[in-house]
Amino acid sequence: MQKTIEKADTTLKEVPVEVEAPKTHSGGQVLLEAFLKEGVTTIFGYPGGAIMPIYDALYDYADKLQHILVRHEQGGIHAAQGFARASGKTGIVFATSGPGATNLVTGLADAMIDSTPLVCITGQVFAHLLGTDAFQETDVINITTPVTKWNYQVTDAEELPAVIAKAFYIAGSGRPGPVLIDITKNAQLQKIAFTEYVKCNFIRSYRPKPVVRPEYIAEAAKLINAAERPFIVFGQGVILGKAEEEFKVFIEKSGIPAAWTIMGMSAIPTDHPLGVGMVGMHGNYGPNKLTNECDVLIAIGMRFDDRVTGRLDMYAKQAKIIHLDIDPSEIDKNVKADVPVWGDCKETLPMLTAAIEERKHAGWHRKFIDCKKQEVEKVIHDEVYPETDTLTMGEVIRILNELTKGEAIIVTDVGQHQMVACRYAEYNKSKSNVTSGGLGTMGFALPAAIGAAYGDPSRTTVAVIGDGGFQMTIQELGTIMQFKPNVKILILNNCFLGMVRQWQQLFHEKRYSFVDIQSPDFVQVAKGYGIPGKSVSERDKLTDALKTMLEHDGSYLLEVMVGKENNVFPMVPQGRSVSDIVLSREEI
Amino acid sequence: MKQEFTITAYTENHVGLMGRIAIVFSRRKINIETMNVCPAEVEGISRFTILINESRDVVEKAVKQIEKQVEVLKVFFNTDEEIVWQEMAMYKVPTKVIAEQVKVERLLRQYGANTVVIRHDYTVFETTGHREEIDALVAALQPWGLIEFVRSARIAVIKASEGIHKAVMEFEAAKPSEPAIENEFLDQRDGVFTM
Repeated sequence: MQKTIEKADTTLKEVPVEVEAPKTHSGGQVLLEAFLKEGVTTIFGYPGGAIMPIYDALYDYADKLQHILVRHEQGGIHAAQGFARASGKTGIVFATSGPGATNLVTGLADAMIDSTPLVCITGQVFAHLLGTDAFQETDVINITTPVTKWNYQVTDAEELPAVIAKAFYIAGSGRPGPVLIDITKNAQLQKIAFTEYVKCNFIRSYRPKPVVRPEYIAEAAKLINAAERPFIVFGQGVILGKAEEEFKVFIEKSGIPAAWTIMGMSAIPTDHPLGVGMVGMHGNYGPNKLTNECDVLIAIGMRFDDRVTGRLDMYAKQAKIIHLDIDPSEIDKNVKADVPVWGDCKETLPMLTAAIEERKHAGWHRKFIDCKKQEVEKVIHDEVYPETDTLTMGEVIRILNELTKGEAIIVTDVGQHQMVACRYAEYNKSKSNVTSGGLGTMGFALPAAIGAAYGDPSRTTVAVIGDGGFQMTIQELGTIMQFKPNVKILILNNCFLGMVRQWQQLFHEKRYSFVDIQSPDFVQVAKGYGIPGKSVSERDKLTDALKTMLEHDGSYLLEVMVGKENNVFPMVPQGRSVSDIVLSREEI
Repeated sequence: MKQEFTITAYTENHVGLMGRIAIVFSRRKINIETMNVCPAEVEGISRFTILINESRDVVEKAVKQIEKQVEVLKVFFNTDEEIVWQEMAMYKVPTKVIAEQVKVERLLRQYGANTVVIRHDYTVFETTGHREEIDALVAALQPWGLIEFVRSARIAVIKASEGIHKAVMEFEAAKPSEPAIENEFLDQRDGVFTM
């Protein structure tokens, strides 16, 4: 009896007592652990007072996470964009509170409109100081709301694992976009018990991919099969959906001529026989002109930007429109679709391919070839093989292409050089064209090229930049000096803000109002940053100069002095129909 | 053609979501006539009722943009014919005129106004109804010394909304909403000068 009692006592003593797990990780450490679980390798950023605990934690992660110290937060976010665009992964940027956070806004807007996946981390003042106009406090959540896919302020470190998981899921899924997480300093310092990180793959109120409706696929296939003059315009959705192969199979079976938007460029090799060039204000003659002659227009992963459509009331009015997009809000936004095909094009394109007949459309395709002949005669030949005294942007891009054989990543800034590069560069691989499409951000190229070089180090990265845009983020030469990414900088210098000057010439009676920009000796400036370089203005030295740049082991700056008042043609004058595209100034 | 549209949005109960939704309208220069936000019948889910005066095309596009927001579950938009709606109003009038003027008393009866509070200097009435009914009583009371008037935002239920409640319940069952995070540190401002 007594023995039983003893046994009972022992059992009682063995009842497990719940012991609180030790609080071993600071908020900053939790963030970095989460990054490692998400496969992050590279972070671009700039430290400051309110993000110091995260940087303190980063000190111990230097062997696992590469941090690139940029020279300005705008440079940091553009670098993260370049990284994301070249790698197809999510870009990461760190900034401190207040001015650090507000300096991200341009890049956020750029990433939002160009659907670039980013996770931006900003430090914030202590939670108890929020709303007190504390030192370096800004209401970053409200400032960035219109330019983020999602944003959130963390005031308690316990929230961090779930919030970071959610951030990566939202940034990279569906139609990608930038996400900003603002973390108060107390949350970065706070110690919590952290054992495991669970990736997010479901949010109740978030549907990244709409359910594909087979009846619309059938309806679209019916229209395509009956079409005599079908035409495809594709955008970045093909690249973001990783559907390059599915797209190629689709166009090859359908035999439909396909034109790209500036953001869709390189989704198929630019020399593909069914690729008929670029649409848009400075796109190619044929695809713009013939948009208004097709009977079925198939828009794939593009959003009918006004630079693509020109005057909306005169855009493809004769055609039935089929619009494939992952974002339901893009359907009918600018152009009313006869058949909307919601869904990820990785999913919808094979369904459509299976439902269509194999066709050739040779006669219709011939029209594009005829238009190309006209464009070559009137514009392209003289631009890429000029007989002028001065160099042209087109010939520089042509030679660059010949030397890189379409293998390089070309990162462009914004302006005339951007249009010329996108018109004349030829690509063999996807994710080769990194440019600021929707926002048109000058200053984008140099930092984005740094990011692209980290995003895909196996390829040559060439930043093609105008003399204006280069001076907007010229400080990032310091980042190149310190971290030595292999970036070839090609400045096309026309001593003007070229695109504005072109418009002033064409539409403002040549009143050149503040477009004559003076520049420093770029080669000397680069030299100051330890980057070798050269300036060239003679035709017979151009090829060698480009070769030297490409063959140089490491970063190199080449400045090419080009004609001052050259214009980019063809052009759809603003407020006109795409079929009003002109090949020369005289036609305006 | 512009007309009244009532937008009904079911959302997570999250900090800052009202701003995100308001931005959809302000960015497109659409004026919000009234906006009501309240907890929905399911815990953790909020219901926005937004009244705007716009063309169908503009409303359709705005609704798609709202539905695109991460924390928004579902958005509907309806014309006045498709909903049952009410607004509430409170009217403050001098007690003296109520006590002495039979006409005022009749007016209040006619509009079905209920007394909310009676003080010796003023009395507060309330009515619920459509805007024109509320406006009519305001106009009728003006000559009798209306002291103050306030009207609520429109609230509405959709006539053909069978299934919404069920869908929301299913959402909740699939993944219950997270509790809204409040800033528990805001009352700890003693630390301001002890950094």
